[in-house]
Amino acid sequence: MNWAFFFEVLIGGLLAGVMYSLVALGFVLIYKASGVFNFAQGSMVFFAALTFVSLTERGMNLWVAMAVTLGVMVVLGIVIERVVLRPLVNQPPITLFMATIGLTFVLEGLSQIVWGSQPHGLELGIPDVPMEWLSKSANINISQFDLFAAGVSGVLVAVLAVFFQKTRIGRALRAVADDHQAALAVGIPLQHIWAIVWAVAGFVALVAGLMWGARNGVQYSLTFVALKALPVLILGGFESIPGAILGGLIIGASEKLAEVYIGPYFGGGIESWFAYVIALLFLLVRPEGLFGEKRIDRV
Amino acid sequence: MLYREAGQFKTTYAEDQQIFPIRQDRIAMALLLVVAFVVVPMIANQYWLAAILTPFLILALAALGLNILTGYAGQLSLGTAAFMAVGAFMTYNFVLRMPWLGIIPSLVLAGLCAAGVGIAFGLPSLRIKGFYLAVATLACQFFVLWVLQRVGWFSNHSTSGVITAQKIVILGYEFVSPASKYLFTLAVVAVMALAAKNLMRSQTGRAFMAVRDMDVAASVIGIRMMGTKLLAFGISSFYCGVAGALYAFCYLGTVEPEAFSLDLSFRVLFMIIIGGVGSILGSFLGAAFITLLPIILSVLSGAFSHVTGIEISYAVLSNFELIVFGGLIIFFLIVEPQGLARLWQITKEKLRLWPFPH
Repeated sequence: MNWAFFFEVLIGGLLAGVMYSLVALGFVLIYKASGVFNFAQGSMVFFAALTFVSLTERGMNLWVAMAVTLGVMVVLGIVIERVVLRPLVNQPPITLFMATIGLTFVLEGLSQIVWGSQPHGLELGIPDVPMEWLSKSANINISQFDLFAAGVSGVLVAVLAVFFQKTRIGRALRAVADDHQAALAVGIPLQHIWAIVWAVAGFVALVAGLMWGARNGVQYSLTFVALKALPVLILGGFESIPGAILGGLIIGASEKLAEVYIGPYFGGGIESWFAYVIALLFLLVRPEGLFGEKRIDRV
Repeated sequence: MLYREAGQFKTTYAEDQQIFPIRQDRIAMALLLVVAFVVVPMIANQYWLAAILTPFLILALAALGLNILTGYAGQLSLGTAAFMAVGAFMTYNFVLRMPWLGIIPSLVLAGLCAAGVGIAFGLPSLRIKGFYLAVATLACQFFVLWVLQRVGWFSNHSTSGVITAQKIVILGYEFVSPASKYLFTLAVVAVMALAAKNLMRSQTGRAFMAVRDMDVAASVIGIRMMGTKLLAFGISSFYCGVAGALYAFCYLGTVEPEAFSLDLSFRVLFMIIIGGVGSILGSFLGAAFITLLPIILSVLSGAFSHVTGIEISYAVLSNFELIVFGGLIIFFLIVEPQGLARLWQITKEKLRLWPFPH
């Protein structure tokens, strides 16, 4: 076995997994705070990336464009809360889930009407090339961009952790996640909190959109990254931010390794389902995912 | 005035337990069947039969299958299209490899194969619940399509991946014209809808609903969780499998994995949500709504550009359709979360009192 090659695949997989985690984070945030399984996260990623890239193409400074897009995502979060979620309070989770699928269609259509449907390239100034010193010294090719993406997600998770643990809003978010009614009873404004969560999820979508957009270009297929994030989500547990990170790492690494070492025996193309099967097998052992909340029922 | 049950006394248990206990309902149903079987094939043109009514019936059958699983037994599934694909491919193979079997037994066998796949992928439902299960059924969607694409046996080693579906032949009669295909589909759908309606009134159906409403309580009163859940997966996949076979043989005319993408799964899910979860009628209403919506939208936009003189480009139009589609789904969920079937029920209740509500 060629160990250098093995490590190259492994590290490449882990770093790809970080990209999955970025998308999964958005799901987790919203699920944690409102119990809504937000299928529209993928199209939010697409919407954010497309807005950003269209603004920069119209000559806007990178940072200004980022701020404007962030503003758009916050407004979007507030609008979604007002128009979609508030009228659906107290409905069963499946109804809310369906509403977010409807939202997916609206967002996809909206972003393509506003910005056009042609694919865009996105340049963040970090080249997607292997790092020279590493490939020379250890013969392992690791993309510089992958490392950068991993760094960004690390910072993002740290910021979110501080936000959730230390700030007043973060504590309110955790209270809402714990128990809607109890949170309302102690005077936490539920609707504001939901708007904030959706805005934060919009911010995470923007970051994920930038990373994925720089990797694969900003185009319609960006919405499919949501499908890549779902196995990560069930592996890590719907309610857990560390779960999303760890799940992403596991899925990313095993997917890449399987593709290289097992794939040829099946004739290739196994990446479309392999992650799901891993997640499924894992769920048979732990039905609530790695760090998901345990529900005790004996049926 | 017309819709009153006053004076309809039931003197036997059989009368009390019939599917439509009210006489007016029976008459309406008979009229509907006459219209569907006799009037429609006579007056509808080729386009309506082949491009709207046949897919409507087939998708209604698929929605019915999903409704049995999601609406009655409470197990959310996103793998509908995969079960349909199994049905389509297995029918193709049964007709190809065992031509002496005939189309109806092939359909049934293919449905049973789909049921087998459904039960296999329903096994996790014993352990996993809610959205975890929904995501797990996505595994089925991707895995099944991958297998159908990779394993040459299923497509008879066709190089293009697109196979022409065989002709439907019963007793030497070839179902070729749109009208005959429509009637074939209608007959299958009518029989299976009747079976589903009866099944859901039986002990099995009530067990499904008990599991849906509260699984702990259901197991306390002695309903076997495993058997019931797997049976729900099996029956639902059987329906989806037959619907998939019809989709390939009566509507598309080809058997190809691309036709059974995740998109189709979502469309069928929309049908039951908009039509009404846990309602046989709802499956049909939802299918009608989702099939007709794009047509109505394109007619409307055509009229719009005709009136205003503004030419709408195709790209804008298709995106606009997306927005309206998504918006309508959200609108429906907000206004009537229980779907069109509930609206129909409310109408019926109002009708019984009309014109003197008090």
